[in-house]
Amino acid sequence: MSTLTDPPKPAFRLSQLIYDTRYRSITIQLVALLLMVLGIGWLVNNTVQNLAALGKDFNFGFLDNSAGYDINQRLIDYNSQMSHGRAAMVGILNTLLVAFLGCVTATVIGVIAGVLRLSKNWVVSRLMAVYVEGFRNVPLLLWIILIFSIMSESMPQPKDFRGAEPAASMIFSDHVAVTNRGIWIPRLGFTNSLSGNEAVASVEGLPAVATGGADWALIGVTLLISIIAIGFVRTRASQLQEATGNRPTTWYLQLGLLVIPFVIVALFLGMTVVTPFLKGFNFTEGTHLRNSLIALWIALSLYTGAFIAEIVRAGILAVSKGQSEAAFALGMRPNRTMNLVILPQAMRVIVPPLISQYLNLAKNSSLAIAVGYMDVRATLGGITINQTGRELEGMLLLGGFYLLLSLLISSVMNYFNNRTQLRER
Amino acid sequence: MSDTNTHSVSYVRESMLAESAPPSTETGTIKWMRENLFSSVLNSVLTVLSILVVYWAVSKIGPWFWNSVWDAGSLTECREILAAKGMTGHDGACFGVIKDRWQQLIFGFYPSEYYWRPVLALLVFFVGITPVLFDSVPRKMLILTILTPFVMYLLLWGGAIWLPLMVVAGFGVGYLAMKFLSPVNGLLGTIGAIILPLIFWLYLAGPIAGWLTFYAPIGFEFVPSKSFGGFTLSLVIGIVAIILSLPLGILLALARQSNLPIIKYSAVTFIEVIRGVPLIVWLFTASLLLNYFLPPGTNFDLMLRVIIMVTLFSAAYIAEVVRGGLAALPKGQYEGGDSLGLSYWQSMQLIILPQALKISIPGIVNTFIGLFKDTTLVVFIGLFDPIGLAGAIRASTDWNGIYWELFIFIGVMFFIFCFSMGRYSLYLENKLQREHR
Repeated sequence: MSTLTDPPKPAFRLSQLIYDTRYRSITIQLVALLLMVLGIGWLVNNTVQNLAALGKDFNFGFLDNSAGYDINQRLIDYNSQMSHGRAAMVGILNTLLVAFLGCVTATVIGVIAGVLRLSKNWVVSRLMAVYVEGFRNVPLLLWIILIFSIMSESMPQPKDFRGAEPAASMIFSDHVAVTNRGIWIPRLGFTNSLSGNEAVASVEGLPAVATGGADWALIGVTLLISIIAIGFVRTRASQLQEATGNRPTTWYLQLGLLVIPFVIVALFLGMTVVTPFLKGFNFTEGTHLRNSLIALWIALSLYTGAFIAEIVRAGILAVSKGQSEAAFALGMRPNRTMNLVILPQAMRVIVPPLISQYLNLAKNSSLAIAVGYMDVRATLGGITINQTGRELEGMLLLGGFYLLLSLLISSVMNYFNNRTQLRER
Repeated sequence: MSDTNTHSVSYVRESMLAESAPPSTETGTIKWMRENLFSSVLNSVLTVLSILVVYWAVSKIGPWFWNSVWDAGSLTECREILAAKGMTGHDGACFGVIKDRWQQLIFGFYPSEYYWRPVLALLVFFVGITPVLFDSVPRKMLILTILTPFVMYLLLWGGAIWLPLMVVAGFGVGYLAMKFLSPVNGLLGTIGAIILPLIFWLYLAGPIAGWLTFYAPIGFEFVPSKSFGGFTLSLVIGIVAIILSLPLGILLALARQSNLPIIKYSAVTFIEVIRGVPLIVWLFTASLLLNYFLPPGTNFDLMLRVIIMVTLFSAAYIAEVVRGGLAALPKGQYEGGDSLGLSYWQSMQLIILPQALKISIPGIVNTFIGLFKDTTLVVFIGLFDPIGLAGAIRASTDWNGIYWELFIFIGVMFFIFCFSMGRYSLYLENKLQREHR
């Protein structure tokens, strides 16, 4: 009689670390980790030595010091006495502003161009092909500089608007002035401003107007409540449709909910349009859009729009023709076919590359350097670094900001991808 | 029986009528216009609008091109010629600046007697890249491809031929080590193939090359990096970066697909950090910060720093393209490699990468187009790319105040390069789609 015993376990040999696939992966990873730690250690050691040799230290205290430089475009209060951190904040907001404006207009341009490029109309589709290829194949930097030059070289000077027979005149019935120093557009002012700066009459005889954060907050809250109410009405309509099969007509209710509260608030605040006018050597009042912003905005929109047009075209082509034919066979009308059948499928193809184009646009906004737009690279990564000599800290913060922005945008993309992914079995 | 019927019909045509022409609205140009331009009200409006836009653009810009002056040595001279024809400076283009300065825009400050060298280098590049781009070319030509970078280095920067030869020899040493040590022990072979060339390059290559240069100074006149400019600079940075970033990008993509967590997550971090930050920030890092990270006292060429940064940057993008190719392969290919008992590197080299890279070539070409356009950003750290040179030309007294002509020339050059590459990538995509069906 014999008892079955496990075969004796071979003792662990060192050579197993290399030849046994079970252990080899650990070896490889340990070696890689070791090499990486050594590499990073070498870089850090070099940096420490170099900093010591230059007599610098590594701290972010400079962000609290007074900046001492002016920023010509600011969305929040800022003056040269404020800190470098505040200046960086102004820059970040400027970057976000141009990125946001660019994304909106690029989407509009891209969708229109993409749809028109698929048009059966020969002239229109060729024209769009020229636009798309022209912008895709020439560096963005060149477009930014070109548009900036057009703005500052070919547009009339403010003094051309003067006189009985001026060489240039304002467009849109004297509301918008396009000059070589930028574009002046009307702004909204409030005669019964809740807070804000002092109410000043821009011209003798006109009512005094002012603007403040509280006014805009009130308008924003009103619009938000309207939109929530509209959402409620629509959900209710959908519920009724589910239950009875008839969808009640609600468009007048929706429109009323949107318009009436807004009009009441606007009347309460005394909202008026303040148009720019010539005073001294320049235009005054209204909102001044600088050439740098205009050039960057237009160039980014047209350039990214060309890429978005291609994405939209590919997305529409990706939905097979059978889908629309099937929808027509079911008796659906063209607009409902588009909304319920084509678009949801096309969007699945369009949105991921679209969001990565938004990401590119946000990163490309750093080309602001070409036209002197005061974005975060110009404030934090430019003047602040030059004044304080803190290259390492400044570049780290700058890189960190862009990285954070990209990660935010790509997490939106991942969320969307996961939600709309085709579930295959 | 059948008679009854024939008698009841009063008239039967016995001959075929000749085919008559379709109505005039259904033929030729008119039909085409009806179908393509005026098929609906909206379409007609769009047609008229776009024709108006084209007419407006042509009538504004056309005469400016039409009246352009090519024979002028300076802007004032050009304006005088225009004035003699009774026109102001805004009525005609001064393309004389292109005729006067085209060498500068293309070659930068490269010595004019050696202009043939960058041109030849570009030709060598095209010859070297053909076997990669078109698979009808014999495979043996790939050896030429491998030698291309060294020949191009020699042509562009010049100097004695011995240093590039020593670099090639280092690879030879590695190959020999692999060949003779592998039979003894596989691991020893791999380690030898990595260590021996490094030792050769670090300790032997320099002295040997120096000694050979001293006794046999064969080679070209040395041209320093700061002489590079214009489109030569853009092309050199773009091409060098793409060649160097390909292997790096493939390795990163493999690392990202790996199932070893430490390697995978370090590759993910590297790729995301590089891709998340704009190139311009990396270029500033190269010019401001690279000195901090290197041992005290090291200082090297700005162009080399830019090439390093651009290489790392495009490697991250290429890694994502190649990862797409790797992910597109059916799982059976990986399992097939495993079931044949191939090791990881064998199955990658023989089965996975050939297929994955083939799928990724259009994406790689698109990355290259983007990279080539992005080389214009080096102007911000003080290198003279075409846009930087346009500024320099404008700063000269002869051509002070000239804008559009230079921009148009640069734009057209970039358009020609990028558009033709884009067409190639489109051709490849169509071909791949056909093959995969």
